Amino acid sequence: MTGARTIVGATGEWELVIGLEVHAQVATRSKLFSGAATAFGAEPNAQVSLVDAAMPGMLPVINRAAVDQAIRTGLALGAEVNRFSVFDRKNYFYPDLPQGYQISQYRHPIVGTGELRVDLPDGRTRVVGIERLHLEQDAGKLVHDRSATDSHVDLNRAGIPLMEIVSRPDLRDWEEAGAYLRKLRALLRAIGSCDGNMEEGSLRADANVSVRRPGASLGTRCELKNLNSVRFLMRAIEVEARRQVAVIEAGEAVRQETRLYDPQRNETRAMRSKEDAHDYRYFPDPDLLPLRLSEARIEQLRDSLPELPDEIRERLIGEYGLTPYDASVLVAEPGAPGFFEAAARGRSGKRVANWIVTNLFGALNEAGRPLAESPVSAETLGQLVGLIEDGTISDRIARDVFEEMFRTGASPQSIVDARGLRQIQDTDAIDAAIDAALAANPGQLEQYHAGKTKVLGWFVGQVMKATRGQANPALVNARLRQKLDADGAG
Amino acid sequence: MAAGDCSAVELVEACIAAQGAAADLNAVVAATAEQARAAARHADQRRHRNEARPLEGIPVAVKDIFCTRGVATTAGSRILDGFVPAYESTVGAKLWDAGAILLGKTNMDEFAMGSSNETSWWGPVRNPWSPAAGPSLVPGGSSGGSAAIVAARAVPAALGTDTGGSIRQPASFCGVVGLKPTYGRCSRWGIIAFASSLDQAGPLTRSVADAALILQHIAGFDPKDSTSADLPVPDLHAALHGDVKGLRVGIPAEYRLDTLPVAVGDLWEQGIAWFRAAGAELLDVSLPHTRYALPAYYIVAPAEASANLARYDGVRFGRRSAGRDPDDLYTRTRREGFGEEVRRRIMIGGYVLSEGYYDAYYLRAQQVRTRIAEDFRTAFREVDVLLTPTAPSSAFPEGAKTDDPLAMYVNDIFTVPASLAGLPAISVPAGLDDDRLPLGLQLIGRAFDEATLLRAAAALENAVGTLPSPMGSA
Repeated sequence: MTGARTIVGATGEWELVIGLEVHAQVATRSKLFSGAATAFGAEPNAQVSLVDAAMPGMLPVINRAAVDQAIRTGLALGAEVNRFSVFDRKNYFYPDLPQGYQISQYRHPIVGTGELRVDLPDGRTRVVGIERLHLEQDAGKLVHDRSATDSHVDLNRAGIPLMEIVSRPDLRDWEEAGAYLRKLRALLRAIGSCDGNMEEGSLRADANVSVRRPGASLGTRCELKNLNSVRFLMRAIEVEARRQVAVIEAGEAVRQETRLYDPQRNETRAMRSKEDAHDYRYFPDPDLLPLRLSEARIEQLRDSLPELPDEIRERLIGEYGLTPYDASVLVAEPGAPGFFEAAARGRSGKRVANWIVTNLFGALNEAGRPLAESPVSAETLGQLVGLIEDGTISDRIARDVFEEMFRTGASPQSIVDARGLRQIQDTDAIDAAIDAALAANPGQLEQYHAGKTKVLGWFVGQVMKATRGQANPALVNARLRQKLDADGAG
Repeated sequence: MAAGDCSAVELVEACIAAQGAAADLNAVVAATAEQARAAARHADQRRHRNEARPLEGIPVAVKDIFCTRGVATTAGSRILDGFVPAYESTVGAKLWDAGAILLGKTNMDEFAMGSSNETSWWGPVRNPWSPAAGPSLVPGGSSGGSAAIVAARAVPAALGTDTGGSIRQPASFCGVVGLKPTYGRCSRWGIIAFASSLDQAGPLTRSVADAALILQHIAGFDPKDSTSADLPVPDLHAALHGDVKGLRVGIPAEYRLDTLPVAVGDLWEQGIAWFRAAGAELLDVSLPHTRYALPAYYIVAPAEASANLARYDGVRFGRRSAGRDPDDLYTRTRREGFGEEVRRRIMIGGYVLSEGYYDAYYLRAQQVRTRIAEDFRTAFREVDVLLTPTAPSSAFPEGAKTDDPLAMYVNDIFTVPASLAGLPAISVPAGLDDDRLPLGLQLIGRAFDEATLLRAAAALENAVGTLPSPMGSA
């Protein structure tokens, strides 16, 4: 059993088979084959060289920094870095493609097979094969909203270096696909080869999706193009797989085609079918020599790699006793391992991780903010956990305190002090509250003595209510039990 | 000029006048007289200040395939009508930096695709050797305008480009020297691409020494061209001493075609005799894959061209035909902008690269290319240069081969192998045929050994002596 989700249709169960092609913009200052800048958000056509505009007689020259980043990414994926690779021309006409061909790598990519470990929420791990990684140039962008009759072309993106990272069809549901993309993004960010910014188009995914009876041979796939968020990726895969199941169960065949996901309607639509697919007429670009990499260069780049997410994950599990899932979630979020380690200094790592993963990430997600803009710092979150650990507040109170911290950015101590939330540890005060609760509810007391011991929990609630949640719940429980049983005996 | 016999202004004026007198040749498509006059005055001032550069004041005509800043550049194609580059090719910039003066953009086959200059949007070029009565003869191609204008004595030197013989064959047809350097010797940056793995710039001149001088100043590594070679350029003038004693000259058996005209065969024998007389050692060599060169070339070159010419889409520069949508715009722009030969080669190129045919054509042609390069390497273990005819005939009349592309392609039979192997080669005028039309002999050298090639060429030139000029006198 894989444990992956399946789709149950009218005729039974269907399994998904998914492979992803991720386009990651290489973090370089200049383009793949020209000196033009790559910064996001410039005025249209402000970052276009003669080469990018494919003026007559212009020639591409490879950007060494982009090659270095592709090599580093390959090394981080544990993949084979090919000492010999070739740039090919992929020929097709489109107004956003000035050369009439895209320079890509087809027969000899710079990086060969590797793998990526993906940890899933249910504790499973999926090792996803990486088929290849190659370098290619991005196209420009058509702008249709400037005029009612004409389209305009913005070539700022034309020639921007991309790494296309192709997975094997090893993913089995949309959760796995989402986790893969998050993990890949974390890896790219950790080594600095891509900023992973999906809103700005630095990272986009195409998904190949097919369905089949569990264990059967592969079905016909459809390719979903240009998915630009993890959420859309997951929703698109699910809705596409359900569409395919419906098609097959209606007795029809899935057509191999390229489809687009419409997030507004949450549906996929056919873009072009296999019949009108391009023949790209790939051939080696005669303007560029094959890329030959020396061992020394590769080793130097290997040495330049920081601690990788999987290594950090292992360390978090080993040093702090985190669950594999919490550790994976932490490494998938940029800056989170550092945040965690700062917060966990001198405290239970497990508890701190749980607070970050469940509460902090939840709140950030709801607020739509990245960790870097969290109003709760590593220091204050650590303090909050400290207050729980020394018994000053209960977990329940801590959640209230956290909410206020997130809202106001105040320190947990100041919130506890200002609102008088300090936990009641004093047994006399707790005993008094218990006595009052028992005296006020003779009916329930009688039920307890008649054997309905569940009423104990109800009394705990009463006492907690009376103390506005500030009584130490463990202490209340113990004292209450002692009193009730003593009463019964007496 | 250094001796003060003539100023740059006088030389440029003389050339402008000669170009005017030779206007019927249709060799120049963009005159640059005014800017040449200004440059000539500037050159004379420099010379007076003792700041003369190596080519100070020398007028050079440039094939219209080189992008020239501020001067219309069309590559002989309607599709580039109106295109004025904002940049100068590296090779051109090097010439101007050395003091040379641009005097005219020369006519050429459209996108350098042709062997007769008849595919030009600007119309055919008349070979100055054409008889006064009778049909116009072609100047060869694709650098037909450059060869014709040098032959007409209207400029001392011109730049051409050679992909499969486009400098050497017109040099042979027009009775001038044409040098194709080693692939990678000169930068291709700013030269409109035909077949990127073959294109190479080079000079057409009246003498071997002039060719050496021009090459000296256009050669060299260019970081903007990834295929240019990061190698020093030797002193080429020093190679021109004319002594070829002990030089080993190879005669490739496979170039002895049954169909070779007697005059061409005889001239080749004469060339062999000249070298033997000069003390060279003549050796028979074999280049067994020669007969596959032409088919391989007519796969590789169109394949590369089909992609290189994709950028002429009417979107950013040049001529645009109106269209309902992008596809319609492309179709009309390219159908109306490209001539028949260019369209034919784009189609051949698209075909040989298409899925299912790539292995049978393009890949196989590349394998042939590797074999041909190996043939030459093997031969060059025994010899220093190879001597062959440049072209299988002298200049032919306009229209004689336009209906038969294959007959036209055969013009390149002796020039294409060196192109495929990336080797330097030169055509030296060596004699006249029975119709008193010039014929060239080709020398092929080792990669980046232009020095030895020019040494042999200078010796051949000495042996030939003075040939008549197309205008009748020497």
